[in-house]
Amino acid sequence: MPSAVVDKFFRTNKLPQIWCPGCGHGIITRAITVAVEKLGFDRDKICVVSGIGCSSRATGYLDFDTLHTTHGRALPFATGVKLANPDMKVIVITGDGDCTAIGGNHLIHACRRNIGITTIVFNNNIYGMTGGQYSPTTPKFDKGTTAPYGNIDKAFDISNLAASAGATYVGRSTAYHTNLLISLIENGLKNDGFSLIEAISSCPTYYGRKNKKGDAVNMLEWQKDHAVNISAASKMTPESLEGKFLIGEFKNSPEPEYTSEYQKIIDRFNKE
Amino acid sequence: MNSSETVTDKLIINENWCKGCGICVKFCPKKVLTLENEKVKIVDIDKCIQCGQCELRCPDYAIYLRGK
Repeated sequence: MPSAVVDKFFRTNKLPQIWCPGCGHGIITRAITVAVEKLGFDRDKICVVSGIGCSSRATGYLDFDTLHTTHGRALPFATGVKLANPDMKVIVITGDGDCTAIGGNHLIHACRRNIGITTIVFNNNIYGMTGGQYSPTTPKFDKGTTAPYGNIDKAFDISNLAASAGATYVGRSTAYHTNLLISLIENGLKNDGFSLIEAISSCPTYYGRKNKKGDAVNMLEWQKDHAVNISAASKMTPESLEGKFLIGEFKNSPEPEYTSEYQKIIDRFNKE
Repeated sequence: MNSSETVTDKLIINENWCKGCGICVKFCPKKVLTLENEKVKIVDIDKCIQCGQCELRCPDYAIYLRGK
């Protein structure tokens, strides 16, 4: 018999999951269910949609209405679900490659529309499932199987990208900072419009090994040592923030949600 | 499956799901846990304060608090 939250929200007959030992994805997936449990949402009013990649395996383990869709297209499928069922809470689970490379255009337009979808990006800085190719969030000069001498592209900052594109709730946390992650997901789900939570994961098998980051434990310790909460960062000097990254709530500015604006137009013509 | 469960008053471990990553062992503040043959084992359950750090970060849901 697993723990209460796992028993309630997971398809336990599908466990143990397929992810590598120490992969951060399992931690983040559980964090989503804890957030849903805390909010007390009706499980039958939640749909979880994923694309393709390691992260997107999560929908196979979660016991909600789930859709495992095509590469980069979780947000378009989720947009359809939300438009057809505006009362439904729609959660998208996606990875850094799925969300910002293959589905990059869908991401910025979903942000711009402010459609009521909470997107949780499992960012492990690499394409894990296909063998460790560098992704849009692989840090500059870090290695992947397709960048054996170091990646010369600049990395996307997913949270700032989403905030700039118009997402109305944006936060970032890590697999290590699990309680912060749970509270950001809760707040994201409470926002009627488009929310994006960037969950920094860890890939010991590919990103870690290629870049000599150590094992799963070392990678979580790295997150612990290099993350700075945005509220603390404002009081720190640029020198002390060198090599660090920010976590916390980046944006919380609700605006009218897309399906409710759409309904207003329908109502206008129904009256005439 | 139940044959591989370790049940104590404070913690429950499902060895079938444990992949031996060592995350719970490292972040347990009271050093209650260890790895043995790539599976988590309890060293000293009396020290456990049920803080839940192990359950919070176990990627495989293989360790959790009892009665919480």
